[in-house]
Amino acid sequence: MTADVSGQSGVSLWRDPKIRAIFFQVLVLGLFLAFVLYVGNNTIINLEKRGIASGFGFLSQPAGFDIGVVLLMDFNAQTSTHGDVLLIGMINTLAVSFAGIVLATIIGFIFGVLRLSNNWMVNKIAAVYIEVVRNIPLLVQLLFWYGAVGAFLPGVKDSIHLSENVYLNIRGLAFPKIIPEAGFMIIPIALIIGIVATVFVSKWAQKRQDATGQPFPTFWAGLGLIIGLPIIAALVSGIPFSIEDPKFGRFNIQGGWSLEPEFLALLLGLAIYTGSFIAEIVRAGINSVSHGQTEAANSLGLHPNKTMRLIILPQALRVIIPPLTSQYLNLTKNSSLATAVGYPEIVAIFSGTSLNQTGQAIEIIALTMLFYLVISLLISLFMNWYNKKIALVER
Amino acid sequence: MAIVKTERHPEMPPPVSQTGVIGWLRENLFSSWLNSILTLVSLYVVWWAVSHLVSYTIIDANFLGSTKADCTGEGACWVFIKERFGQNMYGFYPVDERWRVDLGYILGAIGLFLVLSDVVKDKKWPAIFLFLIYPVVCYFLFYGGVGLQVVETSEWGGLFLTLVLASVSIFVALPLGIVLALGRRSTMPAVRMMCVGFIELIRAVPLISVLFMASVMLPLFLPEGQNFDKLVRALVGMSLFSAAYMAEVIRGGLQAIPKGQMEAAKSLGLGYWQAMAFIILPQALKISIPAIVNTFIGLFKDTTLVLIIGLLDLLSIVKGGLADTKWLGLATEGYVFVAAVFWVFCFGMSRYSIWLENKLHTGHKR
Repeated sequence: MTADVSGQSGVSLWRDPKIRAIFFQVLVLGLFLAFVLYVGNNTIINLEKRGIASGFGFLSQPAGFDIGVVLLMDFNAQTSTHGDVLLIGMINTLAVSFAGIVLATIIGFIFGVLRLSNNWMVNKIAAVYIEVVRNIPLLVQLLFWYGAVGAFLPGVKDSIHLSENVYLNIRGLAFPKIIPEAGFMIIPIALIIGIVATVFVSKWAQKRQDATGQPFPTFWAGLGLIIGLPIIAALVSGIPFSIEDPKFGRFNIQGGWSLEPEFLALLLGLAIYTGSFIAEIVRAGINSVSHGQTEAANSLGLHPNKTMRLIILPQALRVIIPPLTSQYLNLTKNSSLATAVGYPEIVAIFSGTSLNQTGQAIEIIALTMLFYLVISLLISLFMNWYNKKIALVER
Repeated sequence: MAIVKTERHPEMPPPVSQTGVIGWLRENLFSSWLNSILTLVSLYVVWWAVSHLVSYTIIDANFLGSTKADCTGEGACWVFIKERFGQNMYGFYPVDERWRVDLGYILGAIGLFLVLSDVVKDKKWPAIFLFLIYPVVCYFLFYGGVGLQVVETSEWGGLFLTLVLASVSIFVALPLGIVLALGRRSTMPAVRMMCVGFIELIRAVPLISVLFMASVMLPLFLPEGQNFDKLVRALVGMSLFSAAYMAEVIRGGLQAIPKGQMEAAKSLGLGYWQAMAFIILPQALKISIPAIVNTFIGLFKDTTLVLIIGLLDLLSIVKGGLADTKWLGLATEGYVFVAAVFWVFCFGMSRYSIWLENKLHTGHKR
């Protein structure tokens, strides 16, 4: 007359959560494997049918097409390979993304703070910018900057004269170029020394303030070190560079550096679009700081500027950084829209032209995706590190 | 002889400088020197922008006529948009069959209104209509069959195609996103790993490369001889892409539900799926509605990317029209028109999301 408590009888195997979990996982994995095998098999048959060799051999084949914007490298349509195309695509993506992130952050912080201004006009202007730009597809904006605004730029002869030796025309933005001479390397070295010294000064200042309560003007000291040291180095070594101004040639502006209209349109579009999202993130971050913090700072007699810099922003940053990271990632991924305005980044020249020429769809798409994966991981890692550094330290 | 005032002094109105228009102006526009300067600068900026905008789009613009030669004014040439309006809206859908698209719009608008607004309390039947019956009706209405002339998807275009792309991807992405989010929070490692892998892989790459993959590689994956329509390939790419984003949004909502809710459900004897369907998901979806609408807005804007794989959505139809030799040099008008259409849709959605947020924001409002 004892009740069976062994748990085996009366309860079917199906009711045991552990066994059910194992069954489900085996089922899911089995289905996944079957799917992969099916797709893989189809792909192999299809590739054989079309006579496409698989593998990465195509990377060393000559590319045979020209690229409009080439940075840091030499590219020649005859001798350069698809591997070089990949490399240039990556460099161009990184260049426009980095410039875009810097510009979008500046725009975003300015408009985010303006959006909170107690001046009604300023506040509303920022709101209109955010609401208009955020709700229009980026691709439309890029085509607008490139196709509509770009078309209104004057020809080379009637270039808009922005300032001394800076010209804007239909071929892009031309500005003076720095040509290094012997001994030029001392300037970048001085710059690096300035940056390293600033890091040490800020650490020392922090320690001193912790110990004695004496603040140190770290910002100005750092600014002096980073800008002053290279200038002193240049003066001491007798200005080891010359400046080449852009000059009007017969058909085009000769000499100097220039930014192509494709690059400018992409950079402007990306920065203005992402900037509107960053502005909202900044606003939400600042709003999240309790008003009591401002009142407490005021009652201590802190100047409003210092309140913002020392009390509000550090706390707001904790809320701002995670979504800001997503915006940086979005901007980098959105740079792939360059295809539409003809800026040669990785998707345009590698996933586009190289793919059309070689037909190596799988390898090319896989390499492109791998590149974006690595970039995303690096940005997330860096921002997570920074986030951890500024996060609230709790007991 | 003390002077004692026995009557209460009548209450004085607040100083003029503190109330009414003047007070408002003082407080909001001229509270300090810096603010006054900022106000004047912004007034100038606004005046400059608005006057140029109004003269370009309205005062100096051309509305009458039917060719580019009729555009004689300084401003925008809206004749271009007017003449190509039908194509911008329907693509190459046969003119005699366009009523089918319009009927689809009307049915969809009615369904959406019943589900989204506050007019009907019991939303069971409107929801069944919108999510189960309406898609089937639309398929036959738009594509054809059962007595209607078949219109191939290659003839679809313009705003119509944009709306089809957006609504189908949303329709697929939402349930798929819920499944992925549940999978990501599952205690079964194999299921969890697969969901995490899918979500993170898709989120790390740009939509263009997903679309490229769908258009170039999908045919390679299928058995020989079988092929999908170009539109279906784009839809597969967009749906998978938005499902990954949707999954993260819903995961956020799921994380916000206290553990006690699941424990309470279990103690009532509910199984996993019952607890999810009746206790957890309704709460999680409710708090993630604003984020879900934001994902919709993003998805709607992203439909323009099909331009790059050669589908004729609103943007690519207008862009194609710009290359028409009869209408050269009207890029501004074309892009401003597209921007305005997208803006109306996206701004409307974002306002709806704010309204909904306020409506659902009960209980913890001070």
